[in-house]
Amino acid sequence: MTRSLQLTADGQLKHLLTLDGLSPAILTRILDTAESFIDVGEREVKKVPLLRGKAIFNLFFEPSTRTRTTFEIAAKRLSADVVNLNIAASAQSKGETVLDTVSNLTAMHADMFIVRHAQSGAAHFIAQHVEPHISVVNAGDGRHAHPTQGLLDMFTIRRYKGAFHNLRVAIVGDVLHSRVARSQIHALTTLGVPEVRVIAPRTLLPTGVEQMGVHVFHDMQAGLKDVDVIIMLRLQNERMKGARLPSAQEYFKQYGLTPEKLALAKPDAIVMHPGPMNRGVEIDSEVADGPQSVILPQVTYGIAVRMAVMSLLMGPAQ
Amino acid sequence: MNAPLPDTATLLNTLVEAIRPNLSPETALVGIHTGGVWVAEWLHQALGIKTPLGTLDISFYRDDFSQRGLHPEVKTTQLPFNVEDHPIILVDDVLYTGRTIRAAMNELFDYGRPGSIHLAALVDRGGRQLPIQPDFTGAKIELPAGKNIQLQRNEQGNLILLIQ
Repeated sequence: MTRSLQLTADGQLKHLLTLDGLSPAILTRILDTAESFIDVGEREVKKVPLLRGKAIFNLFFEPSTRTRTTFEIAAKRLSADVVNLNIAASAQSKGETVLDTVSNLTAMHADMFIVRHAQSGAAHFIAQHVEPHISVVNAGDGRHAHPTQGLLDMFTIRRYKGAFHNLRVAIVGDVLHSRVARSQIHALTTLGVPEVRVIAPRTLLPTGVEQMGVHVFHDMQAGLKDVDVIIMLRLQNERMKGARLPSAQEYFKQYGLTPEKLALAKPDAIVMHPGPMNRGVEIDSEVADGPQSVILPQVTYGIAVRMAVMSLLMGPAQ
Repeated sequence: MNAPLPDTATLLNTLVEAIRPNLSPETALVGIHTGGVWVAEWLHQALGIKTPLGTLDISFYRDDFSQRGLHPEVKTTQLPFNVEDHPIILVDDVLYTGRTIRAAMNELFDYGRPGSIHLAALVDRGGRQLPIQPDFTGAKIELPAGKNIQLQRNEQGNLILLIQ
């Protein structure tokens, strides 16, 4: 249902809600477009007039710094007018429903909503109810999806590794609570990565994760062997309910990425992390700040990727 | 009815000779993707220009984005010299409505304030919708609105104008 909702009848992207079900052609088109936006960030005037006169609303029902900021910068570099709403602290606490909030913003002539919400399916729900000229981008919904993060990770991998068809990629950590991991897995398999691994304790893996086309490991020694790309996930402390793990220290000992564990991967392997990092919990500072880390380039690329998504969604009048 | 095809090599030479007396040691050429870059590459060599060749993709500056969306193949803009105060000759293959040139000038100004901008077009086909005129042309060929003139490059790297 989400799949058909985010595409127009002729197969163009209308909303970006999930990477699940998007074709390799669409994903590649977004990555190629992002490539040409990279230059914009490096020149004197970091701005192009593409979305002049468009109003983009950042609707964040859940706190975020990096994602909200990079969406805001991306919109501004496209010359759109961008408004940030920290809904958690405003209308909703006064009892307004999500759809009433959306209707009010539509009455202010919004063209696009960037939605972050703790509930899975929130962006999808809003996309179902907006006026036909409005596009919705999911900036993270519950445990479900975080498609622009997945795309910027693919962009980063392509920049450093050149292609996808010959890679071994390991995703390490709290897959169970991670919308980022879900989006990454969909994108990696769609783009033709032959071996996607997930490495985590049983308690942090969703049941049936193998059905997403990944190889499951519970042990870093075996799981990291000869991989080209290591994606560390944040240990989602605030989402941990009950005792899934003995302690953060114990977790670091088994699953934290240290220089010794990194040495199991290929010598030219890159290390990624969607942020924010818990140093000393899932990643050692020596690795996070080391030569194989591409964590900060990920953030920079996120701007170009979000510019690409926004400009492709806002193209011809639907 | 096809109009007689102009000999492209002759037009390129005409353009070279039109530009030559107006060159300064600092002059930079900037070609507009795709056909304009081919012409600019040719001129750059024929005129022995020292400043590295610039290229522009105006996809992000088009005025018909809301009707047509983003062009599927955006090439990169590369200006390997400091635009500030530089004398620039903007190069396109076919000059028609003038909208591409307006977009190209807008983009150039986002890199700095050029000392001057002149316009070279291999062919001026008339039909302008903006007050933009070329400083140097290979030829002026009046074409009705339904006709299309296009520059192509064959496998040997030769440029050929086609009227459809």
